[in-house]
Amino acid sequence: MNNRLSNHQLWQLIISYSRELIREPGVLFWGIVFPILMSLGLGIAFTQKTDVVRKVAVIDASGDGTSVQHFLLTEAQPNPEVAADSFRYSYTIPDKQMGNTTFLFRETDWKEAMVLLKRGQINVILTEQNGKPEYHFDPRNPDAQLSYIKLSGVLNGKAVNTPQDNGEIKPLTLAGTRYIDFLVPGLIAMNAMMSCMWGISYGIIDRRSKKLLRRMVATPMKKTNFLIAFITVRFVMNFIESALLVLVTWLVFGITIQGSIAGLLAIFMAGNLAFAGIAIFVSSHTANTEIGNGLINLVVMPMMVVSGIFFSYHNFPDWSIPFIQKLPLTMLADGIRGIFNEGLGLSDIALPFVILSAIGVFFFSLGLRFFKWH
Amino acid sequence: MENTLTPVIEVKEVHKSFKTVHAVQGLNLTIGKGQFVALLGPNGAGKTTLVEMIEGIRHPDKGEIRIMGKTWKHHEDELRHLIGLSLQETRFTDKLRVYETLRLFASFFGLGKERVEEIIELVALEEKRKAYVVNLSGGQRQRLALGISLLNKPKVLLLDEPTTGLDPNARREIWAILRKLKEQAETSMILTTHYMEEAEQLCDYIIIVDHGKILREGTLEQLLNDEKGEKVIEFTLKDAPETLPRTKGEISDIQWNGTQGSGKVTVQNMNTQLPEFMDYLQQNRLHLQDMECRRTTLDDLFTTLTGRHLHE
Ligand SMILES: Nc1ncnc2c1ncn2[C@@H]1O[C@H](COP(=O)(O)OP(=O)(O)O)[C@@H](O)[C@H]1O
Ligand SMILES: [Mg+2]
Repeated sequence: MNNRLSNHQLWQLIISYSRELIREPGVLFWGIVFPILMSLGLGIAFTQKTDVVRKVAVIDASGDGTSVQHFLLTEAQPNPEVAADSFRYSYTIPDKQMGNTTFLFRETDWKEAMVLLKRGQINVILTEQNGKPEYHFDPRNPDAQLSYIKLSGVLNGKAVNTPQDNGEIKPLTLAGTRYIDFLVPGLIAMNAMMSCMWGISYGIIDRRSKKLLRRMVATPMKKTNFLIAFITVRFVMNFIESALLVLVTWLVFGITIQGSIAGLLAIFMAGNLAFAGIAIFVSSHTANTEIGNGLINLVVMPMMVVSGIFFSYHNFPDWSIPFIQKLPLTMLADGIRGIFNEGLGLSDIALPFVILSAIGVFFFSLGLRFFKWH
Repeated sequence: MENTLTPVIEVKEVHKSFKTVHAVQGLNLTIGKGQFVALLGPNGAGKTTLVEMIEGIRHPDKGEIRIMGKTWKHHEDELRHLIGLSLQETRFTDKLRVYETLRLFASFFGLGKERVEEIIELVALEEKRKAYVVNLSGGQRQRLALGISLLNKPKVLLLDEPTTGLDPNARREIWAILRKLKEQAETSMILTTHYMEEAEQLCDYIIIVDHGKILREGTLEQLLNDEKGEKVIEFTLKDAPETLPRTKGEISDIQWNGTQGSGKVTVQNMNTQLPEFMDYLQQNRLHLQDMECRRTTLDDLFTTLTGRHLHE
């Protein structure tokens, strides 16, 4: 290593901070292993077809001979796992493509049925009136609706038969349209935010509370070098984390980057810069880690909720969408997603790139201005 | 050009207040080249506040501070290169090794490996060079802090309680390093402490401070001779009473601590005053348990000046 470089304060600051991070075993786990595990878990959970169990309470005061009773005795099988609870009957609708649906039935009275409903163990109560089945459920609960539709098909003497081979269903498993394709870019954006906000803020507040900060500025160290070192190290770490995440999800799910790699790097850098700037601003004054935690949560939590990391923000009310889209985390996640899944190019992300960079520079300068070094 | 007449450190009428405390109240001091000065005072005396103003990390409300004729306002960069310091409580990065920590701080001064090696030898941390800072003992940590303060061969060294909380051995190791530095006579030092031995052992000039003011200053001889070769009699009594009866004649105020059952008398002339003291005890039917005569110390001086001990 060239002596001039290795003696340079910026270089020494960068390697000192990197060493500190690498020597903290938690950093590697939470920064690298955890996001990968999370994406694997969620990716598998949302891409596998799964068998669904739907539980139904049956209230049948009129005894034998009703059609519901008849159905349970003739069509349904005894529930093989009857030991645990009293869902004594089961009926399965086989489905090769979307997964089997199994109904479990439990004979009970109204009182107990209501308790089960409130606990969320069942979402449909089945009764019988004048020889016809009646379905009691919350019409605004889509899951209950689905139970009702399927169950009524079964009970109507299979008059409304469920399609057995799903002839008209074409499952979308093309790369770019699956949940994992939605999730991974979101995780990259979230990682960048969390790592910058917690990592940089904690690093600064910790040094301030140990009085190390004031010891360092009592030397000819350049203050900007100190901050730039934090940003640089975080950027490199985030880059490695994200690259590993993409690599693993590419191997497992065949995730692809359809757009411009240069654009991806650019928006990723701008996003890191934005969050690093905000982190420096947030930690510019306090020497108290509790206050620091509070401030960081104040910034991070709202964005985590609305920015559409795990689920699309288009479910929020229409009036809120324009605001949500202007949040830095949304901009970063949307930008990365566009490049991964919609094949966006460098010019498509120019605007978010400029805005995110500007946010970073703005908060960095503001933070530097108010920064409490002593 | 270095003018031998320009003092290395000049502090003139400096004041500093915090919300409710007037921590430094119009202090003056002048320190020449190669001089080692102790600021001796109990906790809360204002030592740290004063030293941090000299270090340029706090700003005086009023008054003037010059280091080699330069002020923080106009020559911050130059002064940062001139001075070395250790703060009262700094915790360096836990998971950085001794060598790495020194290397980092050396880089701030544009210094490289060679200087780091010299410092490691100077502060005797060869065996600990690869140890994480978090695993150092208190004494080793203070030596590391001292090493960092010496990296740039400072003309002015400011040490804030460098041995507080250390055991006597660790303390002596720090003293040894500082004595070596003193022999080279290149560095002027201000050291704050509440250990009188430290001031006596290391410094040629001692400033006693309390409540932000200078109570006395001078060389050790000057300070103790001020009291005209006084001696101190310390004694304990059997069946010690709460208070002692009044004294007469040459034996003036006995400092009596009723709860500990121990007291202290200052005497100028052993030959006449010791018998008088014994008479006093006998007349009042007080029985000695233990008695000791010794020369006066800085702590006695402080007690005479304030009624308190340095450690209180
Ligand atoms: N940052 C501060 N805010 C408020 N009061 C302070 C601050 N620093 C010191 N003080 C007060 O100023 C006085 C002098 O403190 P200090 O200089 O630390 O004394 P010393 O170093 O001699 O123990 C004390 O009464 C202390 O409580
Ligand atoms: Mg102090």
